Amino acid sequence: MSLQFLLDGAISGSMIGLGAIGITLTYSILRFSNFAHGDLMAWGAYAALVAVGAIGGLLGGIAPIGPLSFGLPLILATLVAMAIASAIALALDWMLFARLRAKGQAIIVVMASFGASMALRNLLEFFFTSSPVYYSNALQIAKPLGFGIRITPDQIALLAMTFALVTVMHLYLTRSQRGREMRAYAQDPALARVVGIDVRAVIRATWLVGAALAAAAGVMVGVLVQVRPLMGLDLLLPMFAAAILGGIGSVPGAVLAGLVIGLSEAAAVQFIGAEWRAGVSFVILMAVLLIRPTGLFGVTER
Amino acid sequence: MIDLLGYGAFFLSTALIFGIITLGLNLQWGLTGLFNVGIAGFVAIGAYTSALLTTPEATDRVGGFGWPIAMGWLAAMAVTGLAAAFTGFATLRLKSDYLAITTFGVAVVVQLVALNAQGLTGGPFGVAFIPRPFAALQGDPLAFNLVNLGVIAAVTLAVYLALERLAHSPWGRALMALREDEKAAVSLGKSARSYRIQAFAVGGAVMGLAGAVQAHFIGFIAPDNYLPTLTFQIWAMLMVGGSGSNRGALLGALVVWVLWIGAGSLSSAIVPSDWQARAASLQIVVIGVTLCVILLLRPQGFFGPRHRGSME
Repeated sequence: MSLQFLLDGAISGSMIGLGAIGITLTYSILRFSNFAHGDLMAWGAYAALVAVGAIGGLLGGIAPIGPLSFGLPLILATLVAMAIASAIALALDWMLFARLRAKGQAIIVVMASFGASMALRNLLEFFFTSSPVYYSNALQIAKPLGFGIRITPDQIALLAMTFALVTVMHLYLTRSQRGREMRAYAQDPALARVVGIDVRAVIRATWLVGAALAAAAGVMVGVLVQVRPLMGLDLLLPMFAAAILGGIGSVPGAVLAGLVIGLSEAAAVQFIGAEWRAGVSFVILMAVLLIRPTGLFGVTER
Repeated sequence: MIDLLGYGAFFLSTALIFGIITLGLNLQWGLTGLFNVGIAGFVAIGAYTSALLTTPEATDRVGGFGWPIAMGWLAAMAVTGLAAAFTGFATLRLKSDYLAITTFGVAVVVQLVALNAQGLTGGPFGVAFIPRPFAALQGDPLAFNLVNLGVIAAVTLAVYLALERLAHSPWGRALMALREDEKAAVSLGKSARSYRIQAFAVGGAVMGLAGAVQAHFIGFIAPDNYLPTLTFQIWAMLMVGGSGSNRGALLGALVVWVLWIGAGSLSSAIVPSDWQARAASLQIVVIGVTLCVILLLRPQGFFGPRHRGSME
């Protein structure tokens, strides 16, 4: 038996984990489950696609870095995509979510995010059609790692990028002033207001961070799999399951749970059949809700 | 003229089936405040249940038990109601968002089973030869369409009257009390969780019935009928009509279906053929934006109860 599925699971798990960070932050700070989060991911991937084309057009052909399938243009394009996804998230919050939050019915905000998700996804289908596209047509040679596992240079680079992003994110939330404010607001919004935390800045930071990480995850999916309008919707259930399994509000929990879900999906593909992959997150979600709704690192809701 | 009448009957039948689903959602959301993002999944459970029980024996999958149609419909309600009850049981002691996420998961899993469990659901090709009520009349399309419209209208009326009665019963008043002021209702000895599970199950059963009625109306079902777009259409129907009102739910279903079909035929008439798929996407974008605008400007919908004008 090949152990390749462990590596595949770890890689798709890191994409799920990156996306789940945004879900868990929106849930714990803005107090609603954002059904449009997956579509921010897809918009990020397409923004990077357009940006790669534009940068390539401006600077001419730039050779990929070493054995990777991509080079400087895609790295720059990822930064552009992170900025665009953040801008979309902030615009949505300004136009829609903030106004509904002010009315005080949390579940209405969830419904609005569902409507926004439908609109965002179909706008992508309108502009780019539903056929998949790729950042590069280059073929990658997988190198053996031992134990029958093979890994491509792209996969190594993106795993390193995930690790770096998660570390930076963790330091931001635990060491920076704004990060501490975000966690304080998540724990007790009323008290946070009393001690003079700038709530609007906290909300802005939440959207910026969540959307930027979603865009990064979107580009990652684009490099390793493909770019298509439904990519975010397909990852939405795994991301929700990861946020809940990790414990709402916990960034390390979300990442770890993302890996758990990625690995379980890969195991299901290996031992049960690829067509049942999408059911894995549902089984995990139901198990967590029935057995331990606070998740691995969650605290009881107050 | 005869063609037009036949088409009118067909159109109205389809709209009424959407109306039944919207009535189910109105019980869950409008009366009880439970958010269901997996409507398509529950409709599919009902459709497949009835289809498997009533079709003639099939060689390539389980069943085909040849039950009478009415028995299939009852079974569809029972199975879908149970599925909804279990979903509610697992999530309704937690925050309301968990129900939303779980129903979303239910729709994903139902879609997955419909596509992949070929031995049960026929896979991507779906189930065909679902018996249609009054099949003997099929030779005369007009009479057939009109009789079917009659059957569907009767089911719609029955569901409408039953739900109206439920809404004004002590049970319905307890649901509304829970939605408006949970603490007060609980202090009067109402178990919030158990009432909500019941409402979610009954709403789910109504959706399952609608799915079964539709399956027998068309005679054929496939996984593609139950994509998230369906869930989304039903939400738009309820929000346009006004949540909390059964009459609003039916009117909303009709209005949105007229707009949907109108926009569809308009775009197929004026949009060049290679842009048709894109125009269809744009249609959904417009509905999504409309839903958000209604939530912002007129959360009670156009026919909703006036006293809920302010949502605070």
